Amino acid sequence: MKISEVSKLLCAKMICDHQLHAFDVEIGYSSDLMSDVLTLDTDNLLLITGMCNLQTIRTAEMADVHAIVFVRNKKASTEMIALAKEHGICIMESPFTMFKASGLLFNAGLKPVY
Amino acid sequence: MELNFSIEGGDFTQAGQASSRVKKVLKQLGVDPKCIKSIVIALYEAEVNVVAHAHRGQIRIQIEKDKIITIIEDEGPGIPDIALAMQEGFSTASKKVREMGFGAGMGLPNIKKNTNELQIDSVVGESTTVKMVNYF
Repeated sequence: MKISEVSKLLCAKMICDHQLHAFDVEIGYSSDLMSDVLTLDTDNLLLITGMCNLQTIRTAEMADVHAIVFVRNKKASTEMIALAKEHGICIMESPFTMFKASGLLFNAGLKPVY
Repeated sequence: MELNFSIEGGDFTQAGQASSRVKKVLKQLGVDPKCIKSIVIALYEAEVNVVAHAHRGQIRIQIEKDKIITIIEDEGPGIPDIALAMQEGFSTASKKVREMGFGAGMGLPNIKKNTNELQIDSVVGESTTVKMVNYF
């Protein structure tokens, strides 16, 4: 699934879009628990989360996650955006709940991790 | 090659800086990406543990031709029962740490999963030393 399609489905504001055309996502993972994200061994993953802090970006960097959607209208800070840009991580902000965002993406063909 | 870093307990803004630097170095050295991911996830978990539980810590990394040896030493409360701490779901993390998305009792088991060799030594009330070895 194209990142632009994710953004459109979730009415999400694109915050860091420099990687917009560079890759697709195939699998979605919804979690506010970064400890769980760090246990994944999955490529082409979209992280859907309401955990909006610097460590979310760090976690994505370590876990090779290149795209994050912040749900529940959470806003990325300036420091988060700078770190995401440094590591080529695309970030979006959606006004939807995690449940709604996940449902829409699942319905559109994004696969679950397990 | 040797790399050294300091970690301040409680400073979540700095957590992950060492892991990030190590990731860059390993990429430059041409290490297999899957191997890099395992190494940096284990190191990041260890960094977060020091920030979450200890007063301060030191990371010493030695990169050799066929392996990376990482030693993380902290000054802090120590771990009274290491076997218990290795169990998935066991955690003594504070509310603040949990609010950051950590402290679910997954850190040490995940470090074990992502390392070839792991040794943890601790003196209660003084320090914890974690030694991790990953082969390329």
